[in-house]
Amino acid sequence: MEKFTKLTDTAVPLPIENIDTDQIIPARFLKSTDKQGFGDNVFRDWRYDHEGNKNPDFVLNDPTYSGSILVAGDNFGCGSSREHAAWAIAGYGFKVVISSFFADIFKGNALNNGILPIQVTPEYLKDLLQTIKEKPETKLTVDLENQILSSPAGELEFEIDPYKKVCMINGYDDIDFLISKKDKIEAFERERSF
Amino acid sequence: MAGKTLFDKVWDAHVVDTVPNGPQVLYIDKHLIHEVTSPQAFSELEERGIPVARPDQIVATADHNTPTVDQHLPVRDVLSRNQLKQLTENCEKHGITLYGLGHKYNGIVHVMAPELGITQPGMTMVCGDSHTSTHGAFGTIAFGIGTSQVAQVFASQCLLLTKPKSLRVNVNGKLKPNVLPKDVILYVISQIGTNAGTGYFCEYAGNVFEEMSMEGRMTVCNMSIEMGARGGMIAPDQTTFDYVQGREFAPEGAEWEQKLEYWKTLPTDADAVFDKEYSFDAADIEPMVTYGTNPGMGIKVTGRIPDKDDVNLEKALAYMNFKKGESLIDKPINYVFIGSCTNSRIEDFRIAANYVKGKQKAPNVNAWLVPGSQQVAKQLVEEGLDKVFTEAGFALRQPGCSACLAMNDDKIPEGEYCVSTSNRNFEGRQGQGARTILASPLMAAATAVAGKITDITKQLN
Repeated sequence: MEKFTKLTDTAVPLPIENIDTDQIIPARFLKSTDKQGFGDNVFRDWRYDHEGNKNPDFVLNDPTYSGSILVAGDNFGCGSSREHAAWAIAGYGFKVVISSFFADIFKGNALNNGILPIQVTPEYLKDLLQTIKEKPETKLTVDLENQILSSPAGELEFEIDPYKKVCMINGYDDIDFLISKKDKIEAFERERSF
Repeated sequence: MAGKTLFDKVWDAHVVDTVPNGPQVLYIDKHLIHEVTSPQAFSELEERGIPVARPDQIVATADHNTPTVDQHLPVRDVLSRNQLKQLTENCEKHGITLYGLGHKYNGIVHVMAPELGITQPGMTMVCGDSHTSTHGAFGTIAFGIGTSQVAQVFASQCLLLTKPKSLRVNVNGKLKPNVLPKDVILYVISQIGTNAGTGYFCEYAGNVFEEMSMEGRMTVCNMSIEMGARGGMIAPDQTTFDYVQGREFAPEGAEWEQKLEYWKTLPTDADAVFDKEYSFDAADIEPMVTYGTNPGMGIKVTGRIPDKDDVNLEKALAYMNFKKGESLIDKPINYVFIGSCTNSRIEDFRIAANYVKGKQKAPNVNAWLVPGSQQVAKQLVEEGLDKVFTEAGFALRQPGCSACLAMNDDKIPEGEYCVSTSNRNFEGRQGQGARTILASPLMAAATAVAGKITDITKQLN
C-alpha cells in the first residue's frame, strides 16, 4: 500500500448525500478480476449519458474543479461491500475523501487502499463546499501525522483509528499483522471449547 | 457489571488477541465467497506467496454474475465467463468447496448457506457481500467485508476489527394481516433512516421477531445494512434449532447436543444495556413501498410521498418521476421481480403463489421469479408452485442474484418501474435508468396481477 503522510491540493465538490457504491461504480463494471481500470468508470452514470457522452453538468466534467481531494455529502459510500468502489475512487486519482459521515464498509475499504476518509462536522462540510464553490483554486492541506485538516473553512482535528494511522503512514496492511499472530490464532483454535 | 448482549457473547468468544488501544483479532468460523469479490483477494495472496490458511472453513458459490436462463450452456458474456472460470480455478487450486453453476447446492450465497446448515448459531461468518448480515437470523455474527479483508481471512482465518457499538430494535405487538417481515424492516428503516445503524451491530428483539419463521428473520437481518448496520442478529430459539437440525452440514448426535446447550446460553441477558435502542408498535406497520432512491424512502402503500423542501427528496423524485404528496396506488408497473437474497426463499414463493393462484398476471407486466437456490427451485416444483406461476403467466428463471443488481442480463429497461422484492432502490441498481420500488413478495405478486400498484389492505382479510 502507498504511504500517506501529508497532502496539499485543490478539491472537487460533490454535495450529494447518500452517495451509494452503485453510483461510485455500477455493478455492470464489476466483472474485472484485477484492481485496475475502475477509475475510468467512477460515477459512470452521472458522468456519462447512456450513449457515452459526457454530462457537462457533472462536476468531474467541469474543468473548473480538479484535485485529489473529494468533498462529498453525508453518508458517503453506503450500500454494497464492493471494494471496487475504493479502487474506482483511487483509480481516478483521489487520495482523500471528506464527508460529514461515511458508511462503515466503504470507510474500511478506503483505508485498506491508502485513501484517507476524513469525517468533519456538517457545518464544516457546508462551509468547505461553499468555499470551494466560490474559489475552486482553494487548496486544502491534510496532515495525517498531526490529524489536521486545514482550509479557509478553518483548521480541524480529525479522528482516525490509531492503528490505521500507523498503517497509512507506513504503507502497512493488515495481512502482515495477522500472519504475525499465527501462533495465537492456532492456540485459539486448539483451546476453544465450542 | 451489566449483563452481556447476544452480540457480546459471540464476539467475546472469538477474540484471539487485542491490539493495545487498537482493534481486536477476531476469529472467523465460516468464510463464504463468490465470483465477484474474491479474484483480487486470491491474486493478492499469490503475489505475496501466502497460502490459504483454512480452506475447509471456506465455501464458494457462483451467484452474482450468473445467467438465470440456460445455465447448462456456456455463459455467453465473456467477462462473466472468465470471472466464473477464475473462481473454479482458484477453488480447485486451494482446495475450497465450490457449488458452481448447475450444482445441486448452487444458489445465492445467503440462501444456500443457511439451507445447507452451514450457518449455525454462535458463529462468526463473513463474505465479500454486504448482505452477509442475513445469517444473523441464526444468532450469528455475520457481516460483509471488502476484498482486502477477504484476503486477510484467506491468509489468517481472522480479521482485525474494532468492536462496534450495540443497537437494539424492538418491535412488539400484533402485526396486521398480510404485513410481512419485509414490511417490518422497510418500516423500521423508513423511521430511523439509512445511517442510523452505522457503527453499530443491531439486535432485533420483541415478539414480532420471535414469532417469525427463519425465512422471515433472514429477510429482516438481510436489510440491516440498509440502515447502515454492519450486521443484525436475532436470538436463537426453538425456531432456529428446528430449522438447523437435520440439514446437510448441521451437527449431529452428541455434537448437536453439546452445541445446543451452548446456543441456549447466547440470548441477551436481561440486564444488558445497549448503546442505542428503538422501539416500535407492530400495529403501526402496514404493507410498505419505497418511492425514492434509498431504502429509507419508504411509505405505507396507503400513504403519500412526503411533501417537504429537501434537495435529496427532490433529486430522488426527479429520478423516479414521482411528485411530492402523491400516492403510489394505481401507478402502472411493467416489471415485477421476486427474488434476491432478501426474498427468494420457499416461504416467499409460497406467499406469492397463494395470492396468484387462479389469477392471471396483467398483460403489461413482465414478471420474473428467480429462486434463491437450486434447492428452492426444486422445492417449487415439488410443491407444484411452478405450475401456479406459469399458469398465471409468470416467468420462472434459474437461481442467482439476477435483477437485484443487474450484473447479468436481467436488467430493467431505462425509465421503467419495477416492483422488486430485493433490497436496494438506488439509481440504476436494476439497470441504467431503471426505477425500483421495494416491496414484499405479496405486494409484488399483487402488482403483477393488477399491472399497477394496488392497495392490498383493501383486498385481503
